[in-house]
Amino acid sequence: MIKIENLHVSVGGKEILKGINLEIGDGEVHAIMGPNGSGKSTLSNVIAGRDGYEVTQGSITYKGKDLLEMRPEERAWEGIFLAFQYPVEIPGVNNTYLLKAGVNARRKHQGEQELDAMEFMQLVKEKAKLVELDQSFLSRGVNEGFSGGEKKRNEIFQMAVLEPSLALLDETDSGLDIDALRIVAKGVNTLRAANRSIVMVTHYQRLLDYIKPDVVHVLADGQILKSGDASLALELEERGYDWVRAEAHV
Amino acid sequence: MSEVKNKEKVEISAQEHASREYEAGFVSDIEADTLPPGLNEDVVRHISAMKEEPEWLLNWRLEAFRHWQTMTEPHWAHVSYPPIDYQAVSYYSAPKSMKDGPKSLDEVDPKLLETYAKLGIPLREQEWLAGVAVDAVFDSVSVATTFKGKLKDAGVIFCPISEAVRDYPELVQKYLGTVVPAGDNYFAALNSAVFTDGSFVYIPKGVRCPMELSTYFRINAMNTGQFERTLIIADERSYVSYLEGCTAPQRDENQLHAAVVELVAMDDAQIKYSTVQNWYPGDENGIGGIYNFVTKRADCRGHRAKVSWTQVETGSAITWKYPSCVLRGDHSVGEFYSVALTKMCQQADTGTKMIHIGKNTRSTIVSKGISAGRGNQSYRGLVKIGKDADNARNYTQCDSLLIGDKSGAHTFPYVEVKNATATMEHEATTSKIGEDQLFYCQSRGISEEDAVNMIVNGFCKDVFNELPMEFAVEANRLMEVSLEGAVG
Repeated sequence: MIKIENLHVSVGGKEILKGINLEIGDGEVHAIMGPNGSGKSTLSNVIAGRDGYEVTQGSITYKGKDLLEMRPEERAWEGIFLAFQYPVEIPGVNNTYLLKAGVNARRKHQGEQELDAMEFMQLVKEKAKLVELDQSFLSRGVNEGFSGGEKKRNEIFQMAVLEPSLALLDETDSGLDIDALRIVAKGVNTLRAANRSIVMVTHYQRLLDYIKPDVVHVLADGQILKSGDASLALELEERGYDWVRAEAHV
Repeated sequence: MSEVKNKEKVEISAQEHASREYEAGFVSDIEADTLPPGLNEDVVRHISAMKEEPEWLLNWRLEAFRHWQTMTEPHWAHVSYPPIDYQAVSYYSAPKSMKDGPKSLDEVDPKLLETYAKLGIPLREQEWLAGVAVDAVFDSVSVATTFKGKLKDAGVIFCPISEAVRDYPELVQKYLGTVVPAGDNYFAALNSAVFTDGSFVYIPKGVRCPMELSTYFRINAMNTGQFERTLIIADERSYVSYLEGCTAPQRDENQLHAAVVELVAMDDAQIKYSTVQNWYPGDENGIGGIYNFVTKRADCRGHRAKVSWTQVETGSAITWKYPSCVLRGDHSVGEFYSVALTKMCQQADTGTKMIHIGKNTRSTIVSKGISAGRGNQSYRGLVKIGKDADNARNYTQCDSLLIGDKSGAHTFPYVEVKNATATMEHEATTSKIGEDQLFYCQSRGISEEDAVNMIVNGFCKDVFNELPMEFAVEANRLMEVSLEGAVG
């Protein structure tokens, strides 16, 4: 699905990522864990194409194409989705309208017929159930006046509608109470598929209790210091990150 | 931009036409109908005479003119422009004959046509807008005639103000200048002295005007000149929705526009006045473009009267405009909903005045300003609560949205309260279209340009919702077309 090689990224002249190597296969679920400021969010933003991140070295190949050459919307058309850590409010812009524009821009790009309003409403209602999102949210402004938990649910709802090939969940669990976490996790699990890879960026093991990763990576000091299976997350929960650091720098 | 080229083209074809006519042995009398530049009492007299006006109107004009001579052009607005030479303007030009216009759309500047197409304007209407002399005009005239019949049945008077002076002199004399007095301000005084035409509307007691006065107006909007005068009277318990302007950029050869609009609402009457203004804004360097100095005021003369101003302003090089409401009647209501977009080198100083005089009067102000490029705009609003205006309420919300880092937005709210029972609310925000908002949309597959349009339209939604249905859709598209290339 995606192959990241020796990726170096600077923000405002400061190097944040210092040679990331990561390969994610079709249908795999990877968790990227690490302490604050380790570059986890930088990595997901760079993959999604956010401005302000300077790639100084290395490459990202996605479905055989050079990802770094693409504009953010092109990446979305090619199936990349980022669930934001802090979803943005866009006052006055209808939630459904934004999604419809996104879905249809992608369909157009792929040479498919655009969905009409009726077809789209049907799709949207079906997907809203998945994350138990009340129908009233559909017609509200994008994230306008949503609570923290509602915003995160809205992100997963958007993921369900956009049906990405590679979904990046940036700290989707932060700010969620236990019920909301369960709902969000259920949504994500329903969306697991053989042709869909998922990357979860998180601080805590707790999300991984609900969504079982195939691979767990430790990102610290701008590098992936260790990778392992789901049990690595449990070990991190118990022992913290310092031992990984110590091990890596020996 | 396109407008200038178009003008040249029209002039060339007009010349060609004139010479051809001469060869054929006809003498054009067009020149004789145009006064040489300059303004003095004789010019005012000449205009009045051309219109065959009664003496009271001539005297009214002359008084306005004498007053104007004692006044100086106001410069308190947050705009700048080179001095205007009022003696270099021609104050009367008879409507140009359609035969001098382009013969078909093939002769019209393709750039202008492209804009029309983007706005989704039907071909027939494009021809009319571009001043093409074709049969379409006859269609329009017949449509207008149908409307006229319907209005007549309802007892509604809707005609050019010059016609009203002739056919309903007592109505015109009773109301003209009672909302905006002849000497109200520099531009209003100038307008009073030299106005050439405009619209007149009278809705009789208890009548709900059977249609929005829009389509008809559009057909008649051509050639009303640069000093337009509009007078609308809604008698007791009547209702009218009036739509002025057009989303399409209109061809106009006059740079200076100083219109006056007066609205009178009697007991329980309601007037909804919507404007879409898209005059030529000048080019990227601020060359050319219309100066739009307008005085618009409504008098809620009766109890429970209500006036709503809704405006979408995207055109003109300079806009100086403060549609206002004088809330004289008890329980009367004034509303002002505005979206103004300035881009390139456009400047706008616009807002409203709500003058609360009657008891239990209410006013609402929602102003949305968008600045892109080197556009600069100011919201200037006055809310005045008189000493007898018990329980008056005002709600003001003014939001500014900046696009790019060379644009500017300013807010000048003035409040004067002389009655302790008043309730005033004021909210103001200034925001930039955030990089995070754009990226959020892009990450959902929406291009940057579409994202900007979406965000701007969302920002304007509260105001667009106040527009009559068909116009709300057009306004959306107008914003999109206006914002093209405004990003980055």
